[in-house]
Amino acid sequence: MNRIKKLFQEKKDILSIYYTAGYPNLGDTVAIAEELERSGADLLEIGFPYSDPVADGPVIQASSKQALDNGMDLKLLFEQLKGLRKTVTIPVLLMGYVNPVLQFGVENFCKACAEVGVDGCIVPDLPMVEHEELYEPVFAKYDLSNIFLVTPQTSEERIRKIDGLSNGFIYLLSSSATTGKNLQVSDTTEAYFSRIASLKLKNPTMIGFGISSKETFDKACKYANGAIIGTAFVKSLSADDVRGSVKQFMKEFKP
Amino acid sequence: MNYFVNEKGYYGDFGGAYIPEMLYPNVEELRQNYLKIIEDEDFQKEFHQLLKDYVGRPSPLYLAKRLSKKYNANIFLKREDLNHTGAHKINNTIGQILLAERLGKKRIIAETGAGQHGVATATVCALRGLECVVYMGEIDIQRQAPNVARMKMLGAKVVPATSGSKTLKDATNEAMRDWINNPVDTHYIIGSVVGPHPYPDMVAIFQSIISEETKKQLIEQTGNDQPDYVLACVGGGSNAMGMFYHFIDDEKVKLIAVEAAGKGVDSGFSAATTTLGKEGVLHGSRSILMQTEDGQVVEPHSVSAGLDYPGIGPQHAHLFKTGRGQYVSITDDESLQAGLLLTQMEGIIPAIESAHALAYLEKMNFKGGENVVVCLSGRGDKDMDTYMKYFGL
Repeated sequence: MNRIKKLFQEKKDILSIYYTAGYPNLGDTVAIAEELERSGADLLEIGFPYSDPVADGPVIQASSKQALDNGMDLKLLFEQLKGLRKTVTIPVLLMGYVNPVLQFGVENFCKACAEVGVDGCIVPDLPMVEHEELYEPVFAKYDLSNIFLVTPQTSEERIRKIDGLSNGFIYLLSSSATTGKNLQVSDTTEAYFSRIASLKLKNPTMIGFGISSKETFDKACKYANGAIIGTAFVKSLSADDVRGSVKQFMKEFKP
Repeated sequence: MNYFVNEKGYYGDFGGAYIPEMLYPNVEELRQNYLKIIEDEDFQKEFHQLLKDYVGRPSPLYLAKRLSKKYNANIFLKREDLNHTGAHKINNTIGQILLAERLGKKRIIAETGAGQHGVATATVCALRGLECVVYMGEIDIQRQAPNVARMKMLGAKVVPATSGSKTLKDATNEAMRDWINNPVDTHYIIGSVVGPHPYPDMVAIFQSIISEETKKQLIEQTGNDQPDYVLACVGGGSNAMGMFYHFIDDEKVKLIAVEAAGKGVDSGFSAATTTLGKEGVLHGSRSILMQTEDGQVVEPHSVSAGLDYPGIGPQHAHLFKTGRGQYVSITDDESLQAGLLLTQMEGIIPAIESAHALAYLEKMNFKGGENVVVCLSGRGDKDMDTYMKYFGL
């Protein structure tokens, strides 16, 4: 069974961590994954950098730029991930923009994911209609989950469609925003989360964007199967002591 | 062959709407409404009234006699440089501001490179009393101080884009990020025939007034609305698409799109997208763009800020791939010389963008008597610094 499905069957309050491959140092990708698993993360989202990340705020933009300057690309990332499954057992997703995937080749990309033990992908600027017609069969062939995003503005009809096309989980954005804004659980966000919960979707949900502390994480877990931390984690990484900074960050969440 | 957009938002292999879910409702709202709004009688009336009384249309089609003699062909210049604010950009911003009003939007955002589109957007926002925020690369803000001042005087807030290379593509990214963060009350006026569907089609429709008028003017002046050649410069490609629009289905008319070769196509400092680019996705549509093997967008170069863009609109990519359009390039030096030539032979100082299209005349061989239309997309006032430095004026 796909590691993602298994995770959602077995656990609640799932903590997923996003970080950018090749940041802060080019060779940190697997070390961060190992340290995160050891410190209690349940799921990993490894970002492959892109020069024009329109859905991201300043922190993740800067990490992408640094990673590119360090020399990161998809070819090198798959090279680095070759030994991943020797030490990392939790599910791993790759997250990034569609153009690098197109240049790598969709089939090649999916094949490489399957070979290194990546369980699925999040490609925010790949439209649902394109995925459905062109990519879905390739993802299925390699047993990869494709994760779609839902925002407070997404209509119920579209959420149902996303639910039908998803296998893994649905990524709920706490607000329509670029990454790195703080989560304010106002009455409207609460209403939105409750509305999603009441839809009884077949896929589990994870809340992302704006989760930066134990407090916001716990709040998010009230409405979903877990939550995703990106910007706050990326910001906390120290180039001089990567493993130490991961441990330090995770203390708050898994004491 | 269909050269226009299909019901899925594609031009052959190009186009679509490659946008994150956060932008889907905005773009979908636009997609569902743009044709309905544009085709509405009341909209058309207001749009054309403003083009006439405010922009100063129709812009003249001018037979450049001395230039014609030099090149041994009838060279007609479509004088978009005489529009209010000095370029073709205002045709699109007038159209989009009227559309934004009908969608109930209260706040306008835009990206700008050299500042021409930013000024055109700030102008229509002042005209209609709407809030205006213009994103502009930090480097471009330094290079284009007069246009920054114009936008501010018009009441716009100019926000520096400090990410990436701090130029036009990054200003576009920042505008998209703003739209993601302000999904309800804001309309994004994209300045070229780029972006997710329906932008390329919508901007082309608003700019198509250029070729619509040209056809009428050719009939009046030559008795024939089919020129032999139509030339225009291409950055993203909005003046070219406007100039080509009503000629596209008439395959007897040869379409020539002139890109910026910068310091030379192989110099590493170029914006010749069709020569140097590959198919991929940039700013929401599948098109041709300059990129690395890994799919990272490459920073272009041109002396002309308006052509300094690493992609082209999806309809251009389609015209290029099908061979309907001929895509060529002109260097910085060639364009500046062509700008000087037009100034001294016809008394018109062109924008350096437009000078790229003029420069290609030098490379064509006319038999004599051909009718050639060149889109003079903008005037050169904004480029005086560059001309002065280059020619030591």
